[in-house]
Amino acid sequence: MSKISEAFRKGKAFIAFVTGGDPTLETSRDIILAMAEAGADIIEIGIPFSDPIAEGPVIQAANLRALAAGADLAGIFELVRQVRCKTAVPLVFLTYLNPVYKYGYDAFFARCEQAGVDGIIIPDLPFEEKDELAAIADAHKVDLISLVAPTSAERVQKIARETRGFLYIVSSMGVTGVRSEIKTDLAAILAAARAASDIPAAIGFGISSPEQVREFGRLADGVIVGSAIVRLVERYGEAAADQVFDYVKQMKDALTDLGG
Amino acid sequence: MQDKAEKPGRFGGHGGQYIPETLMNEIQELERAYEFYKNDPDFTAELDSLLKNYAGRPSLLYFARRMTENLGGARIYLKREDLNHTGSHKINNVLGQVLLAKRMGKTRVIAETGAGQHGVATATAAALLGLECEIFMGREDTERQALNVYRMELLGAKVHEVTSGTMTLKDAVNETMREWTKRVHDTHYVLGSVMGPHPFPTIVRDFQSVISREAREQILAAEGRLPAAVVACVGGGSNAMGMFYHFIEDASVQLIGCEAAGRGIETTQHAATIARGTAGVFHGMKSYFCQDDEGQIAPVYSISAGLDYPGIGPEHAYLHDIGRAQYVPVTDDEAVDAFEYLARTEGIICAIESAHAVAHVMKIAPAMPAEDIIIINLSGRGDKDVAAIARYRGVQIHE
Repeated sequence: MSKISEAFRKGKAFIAFVTGGDPTLETSRDIILAMAEAGADIIEIGIPFSDPIAEGPVIQAANLRALAAGADLAGIFELVRQVRCKTAVPLVFLTYLNPVYKYGYDAFFARCEQAGVDGIIIPDLPFEEKDELAAIADAHKVDLISLVAPTSAERVQKIARETRGFLYIVSSMGVTGVRSEIKTDLAAILAAARAASDIPAAIGFGISSPEQVREFGRLADGVIVGSAIVRLVERYGEAAADQVFDYVKQMKDALTDLGG
Repeated sequence: MQDKAEKPGRFGGHGGQYIPETLMNEIQELERAYEFYKNDPDFTAELDSLLKNYAGRPSLLYFARRMTENLGGARIYLKREDLNHTGSHKINNVLGQVLLAKRMGKTRVIAETGAGQHGVATATAAALLGLECEIFMGREDTERQALNVYRMELLGAKVHEVTSGTMTLKDAVNETMREWTKRVHDTHYVLGSVMGPHPFPTIVRDFQSVISREAREQILAAEGRLPAAVVACVGGGSNAMGMFYHFIEDASVQLIGCEAAGRGIETTQHAATIARGTAGVFHGMKSYFCQDDEGQIAPVYSISAGLDYPGIGPEHAYLHDIGRAQYVPVTDDEAVDAFEYLARTEGIICAIESAHAVAHVMKIAPAMPAEDIIIINLSGRGDKDVAAIARYRGVQIHE
C-alpha cells in the first residue's frame, strides 16, 4: 500500500492544498509545515502554471502571484526538500501536464522520487491519455491520482480501478472555488467507485466550511480543501501560516468529530 | 492528414485529448455525433444548402491581374473568403458546428474569439438557427475590435470581456473551456480553429476543407493545371488547413502558412509558433507552442488579433514535421504594407490576418516563372481593421 493510501487508514483524511511559491517559496514552506502540524493528512502543492484551465479565480490569481515572484520547478523541488527534512506527511503535486512534459517525464518523476513527492494530480490528463506517463510514475513510486467528475457516469469504475493513492471525486461542475451549495449525487458516484475498487475516495472542489467537511466526510474517505486556504494566503500574504494553521485545525477537528 | 496506424485524433505525435475529466463524456459524445452526422444525408444537405443560400458559397476564385502584372512573376489568384456572409471563412465551420449542436439537442453555444470574426460568425449562426449564444473575448481585443463587439450584441449574443492572463485569444479560450466545464448538458463549445482536443481539429478542418475543394476545381477550370503554391495566414490555422487540405495529395503544390512575426521573431513580441515554439501540451492538444523553458505559455503579440495565439493546430504541426507544408514569419510592418498594397492595386480591403499571406506572396511571386500559379486564401475582409491601421499609421479618425 502506498504512503498516500496508508494516510486513510487512521480515519477520514483531511487533504489541504496550497499553491507553491505564493507569495514566496519560504512562505509556502511555513504554510505546509503549519498544515502538517495542524493535522492535515495529505498535502497538495500546486505547481504554478500560466494558464490553469481547471481553476477558478482564486487559484488562478495564486498561480500568477507565484510566477510573478519567480517560482520555478527548481524552487518547487527545493521547497519539497526543505519540507521533507521536517515532516513525513504525504506530499502530492497538483500540476498541469505541460510543465511535466517540458521537463521530460523520466527526469520529472525521478526528481519527484528523489525529493520525496508521493503523488501527482494532473487535471488535464484524462484516463485515455494517462498511459504515456503512468508506468514512469509507477516506476518512481509516485501515485498518479485520477479524478472523476459529476459527468463521469460509466467512466467512474474504470477510472477507480486504475487510480493510485486515492480517487479524487470532483464535487461539482466547473472550476475550483468555494461554493455554498453542492448538489451532485456524490453517494451514487461513491457507490460506483466502491463497487469497482477498494481504493480510498476523497471529495474536493467547493468545500470551505466545517459543516461541509462533516457532510462530505460522512460520505467519503477524505475531503480536499484548496481555494479556501489559498484565499487566506491571498489575504495574509507572508503572515498566512498562523491563519492557515488555525483553519486547518478547525477543519481537521470537524472531521475527527465524525470518528475519523 | 493522419497516419493510418494512429488512434483517431493524432497527427504524428500531435493532437490528443488533454482536457479535464468533466468534459470527457461530452467530447466523446461530440465525436460520436460528428461521425454519424457527417455521413447523414439530411445533415449534409442542410449544411450544403446553408453554405450556398445563406453564406454565399462557392466563394469566387479571382485572378488578381493588376497584382500579377505589378509583381511581374507568378499568376496570382485570390480565394475570396472575404465575400462570405459575415466577411470571413469562419462561417464555414460555424454553420457546420451550430447545425451539429442543434442535432445533438443543445440549446446554447459558446465560443472564444480573437479578432471577432469567429464570434460574429457564431452569433450569426446562433441567431439563424435559434440558439442562445455567449462569446468570450479578451479585453485587449474588445478594445481593438470594438465594432465587432457591438456587431455580436446586435446579433443577440452576450459578450463576456475576459480579464484573466494576457486578456487576448489564449485567455478567451481558457475562459470558454472553463465555462464549458460549468455547463455541458445544454451547451456546445463552437471552437473556432483547427485546435483544441480531438475531435475539434478534425471537425473544423473538415468544415473548412470546402475552401480547397472549391479552389482546386476552380483553378483547374480556369487554368487547366494546379497551382505551384497555395498560401494562407496561420494563427490556430483553420483557414490555412481549409486551403491546404485538398492539395495535400498533390505533391507539386507547395503549401505555405504565414505566421505572425509581430515586431520580429528576434524580439519577444511575436506569435510565430513554428519559427520559435517548442513541443508542448496545451488547450487540449499536443502541438508546438510559444513557451518558456519551464513550460509556461508565453505572452504573444501581433497587430492581428486573429493570429495572436501561442499555439498552432496539431495537423499543421504534423505537416511541418514531415516537411509537407512550410511556415514562414511575416511582421506587422510587412502585413500593413500588404494591406495597403492590395487595397490600392486590386481595390480589395482584406483582413489584417489575410494581409500576412499577401505580404509573403509579394516576396516570392516576382522570382517565380510567369507560368506558375499562386492561390492566396483571402480569409477575411478588412473593414474591422481600418481604424487600427489608421492608428498604426498615426492617423486620427473621427466618426
